[in-house]
Amino acid sequence: MSKILVIAEHDGSSLNLSTAKCIACATKLADAKIDVAVFAEDGTDIANEAAQLDSVSKVLLVDSPSNRYPLAAIIAPQLVAMADGYSHLLGPSTTFGKDLMPRVAALLGVNQISDVMTVLGTHKFKRPIYAGNAILTVEAPDDRPVVATVRTASFSAVGSGNSAIVEQVSLDADIPDHTRFVELQAGQSDRPDLQTATKVVSGGRALGSSENFDIIFKLADALGAGVGASRAAVDAGYVANEMQVGQTGKIIAPDLYIAIGISGAIQHLTGIKDAGTIVAINKDEDAPIFEVADLGIVGDLFQIVPELEKAIGS
Amino acid sequence: MERVLVGLKRVVDYNVRVRIRSDGSGVETDGVKMSINPFDEIALEEALRMKERGEANEVVVVSIGGSECQQQLRTGLAMGADRAILVETAESVNPLTGARIFLELIKREAAELVLLGKQAIDDDNNQTGQMLAALWGRPQATFASRIELNGSTAKVTREVDVGLETIEVDLPAVITTDLRLNEPRYVKLPDIMKAKKKPLDQIPVADLAVESAASITAVTFEPPEQRQKGIIVKDVAELVAALKDKGLV
Ligand SMILES: Cc1cc2nc3c(=O)[nH]c(=O)nc-3n(C[C@H](O)[C@H](O)[C@H](O)COP(=O)(O)OP(=O)(O)OC[C@H]3O[C@@H](n4cnc5c(N)ncnc54)[C@H](O)[C@@H]3O)c2cc1C
Repeated sequence: MSKILVIAEHDGSSLNLSTAKCIACATKLADAKIDVAVFAEDGTDIANEAAQLDSVSKVLLVDSPSNRYPLAAIIAPQLVAMADGYSHLLGPSTTFGKDLMPRVAALLGVNQISDVMTVLGTHKFKRPIYAGNAILTVEAPDDRPVVATVRTASFSAVGSGNSAIVEQVSLDADIPDHTRFVELQAGQSDRPDLQTATKVVSGGRALGSSENFDIIFKLADALGAGVGASRAAVDAGYVANEMQVGQTGKIIAPDLYIAIGISGAIQHLTGIKDAGTIVAINKDEDAPIFEVADLGIVGDLFQIVPELEKAIGS
Repeated sequence: MERVLVGLKRVVDYNVRVRIRSDGSGVETDGVKMSINPFDEIALEEALRMKERGEANEVVVVSIGGSECQQQLRTGLAMGADRAILVETAESVNPLTGARIFLELIKREAAELVLLGKQAIDDDNNQTGQMLAALWGRPQATFASRIELNGSTAKVTREVDVGLETIEVDLPAVITTDLRLNEPRYVKLPDIMKAKKKPLDQIPVADLAVESAASITAVTFEPPEQRQKGIIVKDVAELVAALKDKGLV
């Protein structure tokens, strides 16, 4: 039997969708018994939300003021104190999970499997390397726990009609005081969240300024879409860092992705490989983005985008 | 602080379109351009700026691998690092073993800060910095886009999924770098000449007496599923019609 502990990600009040996706990954392991660990302050609501997720046996809530912020150095020793008896520890391949899980793996004396995209067996997985330009099948030793992060874009979230038990846990772990939260500047947006939006419109370097980027937002609003950007657009300061799509930004899988004034560098493409339909708008007919686009239109974005917005709005 | 250690990994250059060997045993590296992992180059640039501001006295670059890694270390020295250490091994080194090696070097060098790239663009593992911090029992500040040293602490802004998170950590610590932390300097020819005279220590990995951690075995490499090239439409009307067909608008 695989006894799996999934580490919940949340924002202090509700669960992040990545948790339900990690659980979906866990269900692919043979004969899985899945528990969820919630580290939070006043986390009862979050734990209850996790308890509703399908396939969960038990939710372990570690409720403590020191768990107010998602700091890896503080959560890791607690997770290790909880790890006994589990064959697998899974966290999401989000910045939260990427920060936390390797620290846990090191404390347990194991290497981690990063970005699981396919489960082939209890200890055999596929994961992307080289910005997704190669897929590696890996096998973990079976005489020690598996610590892995889950590439969330590869799994569809489990449903929520469950009512698992929630257990309050108090742990005997040394919580360090060498790491302190200062502040979080979160992007404010009424638009659909980039990571979960079914449609995403992204702009690249070609937009030229943050003012010009407005036409991307307008098109997105006409479509009810989330907004993304290439690294070049973020580096140039047109939009905020959390909007970057790609190897070092977000890996997304919307039904529709529209890339506007984006050349299609491999590091960008790795973020959109799992998109349903890719549309490219670019004035260069040889741009690599057209190699992967289902629908392409060659021309000046400053002409095409407003026209498209109008055509969709009407 | 006295000393900053910076990790430099030799990787296939980010501009290379990698090819899988036909027998699935790995990625073709013969005759392929190799470079310093871009995130590591950013880590080194940051360390050099710390030195230039008088916040650090010495910058030491470290690589783990074969003697060919001297090339990347020399580049690091040409950028401005004071010394280089090559931990020599013919085997590929997994992240946990890499972290154990770094820990050993931290002790030898009495380093107070270790700057590493957040991930290497070959394995895309994103593990070593976090693992090193764990083994060292010290703070980690991953995915840094801003670092401010204040004596015995560092204030680090991190690129996280929802935006920018700032944390404060006590030193010593491990910081891993994201792309927007800085833009690495270009190496000038005279610096390349000067770098040839800077010290580069070669230490056989066995000398460090580090226990190798069990590897995750690489079974096969395969190319990703390719997306099919689609069609070019002639105008917006045709695009909207095609999207309607697919039920997307
Ligand atoms: C380690 C590493 C990690 C990276 N991670 C990422 C990542 O996560 N995400 C990412 O996006 N990039 C990433 N990059 C950067 C990547 O290599 C590219 O530099 C970047 O994606 C380019 O952005 P762009 O397509 O907007 O700009 P460009 O490549 O400059 O492309 C601009 C495009 O706009 C078109 N254009 C110009 N004017 C118009 C017009 N008026 N109308 C229509 N089209 C026009 C041009 O034909 C061109 O194709 C990474 C790079 C490295 C080294």
